[in-house]
Amino acid sequence: MSTATNSQALPPVKRRNAELAMTLAAIGATMFALIEIGLTRNGQMPPQLFLYGGVFGGLAILSHVFIRFFAPWSDPLLLPLATLLNGLGIAMLWRLDQGGIDRAGPMSQLLLTAVSMALFAAIIFFLKEPRTLQRYPYMIGLGAVVLLLMPLIPGIGMTVNGARQWVNLGFTTLQPSEFAKIALVIFLSGYMVSKRDVLSLAGKQIKAGRFTILNLPRMRDMAPMAAMWGFCIIVLVILMNDLGTSLLLFGTFLAMIYVATHRSSWIVIGLTAFFGACAVLYPFVSHFKVRMVTWLDAFSPEVYCTDDVINNSPDAFCNVSGNSQQLVRGIFALAEGGVTGSGFGGGDVGYIIEVQNDFIFAAFAEELGLTGIMVMLLALVLMVERGMRIALASKELFIKMFASGISFLIGFQTFVVIGGVTRVIPMTGATIPFVAKGGSALLSSWIMLALLMRMSNNARKPAPQAIQDEGATQVIQR
Amino acid sequence: MSDLTLMLIKIAYLAVLWLFVIFAVGVIRTDLIGSPAKSKRRPRPSPSGQDGGAPRRPAAPKAPRGRRNEPRTLVVTKGPLAGNSLPLGPHPILIGRANDATLVINDDYASGRHARIYSENGRWFVEDLGSTNGTYMGQQRLTRPQPISVGQPIRIGKTVLELRK
Repeated sequence: MSTATNSQALPPVKRRNAELAMTLAAIGATMFALIEIGLTRNGQMPPQLFLYGGVFGGLAILSHVFIRFFAPWSDPLLLPLATLLNGLGIAMLWRLDQGGIDRAGPMSQLLLTAVSMALFAAIIFFLKEPRTLQRYPYMIGLGAVVLLLMPLIPGIGMTVNGARQWVNLGFTTLQPSEFAKIALVIFLSGYMVSKRDVLSLAGKQIKAGRFTILNLPRMRDMAPMAAMWGFCIIVLVILMNDLGTSLLLFGTFLAMIYVATHRSSWIVIGLTAFFGACAVLYPFVSHFKVRMVTWLDAFSPEVYCTDDVINNSPDAFCNVSGNSQQLVRGIFALAEGGVTGSGFGGGDVGYIIEVQNDFIFAAFAEELGLTGIMVMLLALVLMVERGMRIALASKELFIKMFASGISFLIGFQTFVVIGGVTRVIPMTGATIPFVAKGGSALLSSWIMLALLMRMSNNARKPAPQAIQDEGATQVIQR
Repeated sequence: MSDLTLMLIKIAYLAVLWLFVIFAVGVIRTDLIGSPAKSKRRPRPSPSGQDGGAPRRPAAPKAPRGRRNEPRTLVVTKGPLAGNSLPLGPHPILIGRANDATLVINDDYASGRHARIYSENGRWFVEDLGSTNGTYMGQQRLTRPQPISVGQPIRIGKTVLELRK
């Protein structure tokens, strides 16, 4: 191991046994959840325990064994954390299915987990050096744009719940924005590595007395920011009504430009432009207004739609535009859960609208309480932390950008969802990584995990020993 | 199933979840500072004395220590890596852009294998390994191994290094 940033480097130990133990613990937690649900709801051991628990556990152990052979130096914590989150998600979907919610579909989620893990293994196997992705940043950027625009193509584009973010491929439906965000991170990493110096150095300072307030970039360097901003606002917000993706992509863009340049003026400019555009658009874009009103006045009867309002005042907000019932019911579920919750399977979460997607967090909060959702949040936090450490431990700029971008994406996506459910920010419609129902989201989460694992493997792997001690010829790769 | 049993199961389940988190943090903890029990049983082969990657002090330093002006670390004071430091061990430190150098400096003016810092009879020396742009002590370009003392700046390209106690 030979690096200058010694204090930041991850130690060159494999720790695969720790990973195995943690993965087994995560599978155990999933099985325990299934047992608890069965006992609470039906008073007996669930008959499908070995179907769900066994298949899921087998898949997780297979992934572990695969890593043991093909990425033995990778981070020991990422796979167990993902296993726990995915397992909790399947358990909750099974519980919702038992509770009579037909769209929960735990079996399809289990099958998708299998597909995701296969994809995870394939990426780890075929992408030996993630830096090769650096060769084609513009092609990948173009790919991201095409993916984002796919739902607008007539014929295959689909509108679900007001947002035009789905494509119908005949045999299956996909949400291409989930994959576009990964492509965007790859593009931005490659782009920032080549343009880092000009983005971070050129420009002028605004000073007040002796103190520098802002380091303004040059106008011509604003082009990428302007392009990103225009795309997020015009295409995603106006044409597709996809606020969640828009916020996610623009936030990731700002985070990555900040990581690359260390310049806070980019964040100030970006946030001003984004929120300025939102404020200007507010009166004109109707769905935008609905989101804001249902967020700010969620508890007013006119917005929530009590029976009285439905029957007596046809002009009230909720009868004309939309209501806040989903959000308010989610918050009631959070309150109902309290500190320890009602027990897995013991709550009444079926009345939350779309509980299997965006609001699965509210269901967890009701049944596991604050104690349980803290575990879920900590698991996500630890995942982000491991990702950031991979960025610190890597030597190459591209990998640093890539790993930090992906970890930020996971963290920010969690914030956008849970912020929406807890009424910190307006509801936007995104999914908690690994947990929520949804094939595209699950697939993209496992793709991100595979990329992080591969990068951590390459960062922690000890440098190959030179064959001879002195001399010019060195072994670079083995 | 009585309510009490269900409540106990509920508490047990939350405890299991928290145990998972505690174990996870434990895995990171040993990642960060190393497991003391393990390293006693099975000392890891550490060719450059700092292989643990952890801020763990070696229990039995091989080089004799205790002299007052004995340098302990090599600190980068200027350049892209400013602020980084390396503990000095019994092994020589190779500085350069090559990936196998002990101190990999990402400096356009540095050569692949630029310079070497090593100790001999308790004194530290710096030697230029035939670099293109040279290794400087003050204004003077090194032509042969030179003894260095604590606090004396060594310049390689845009990077400045010095030994510290």
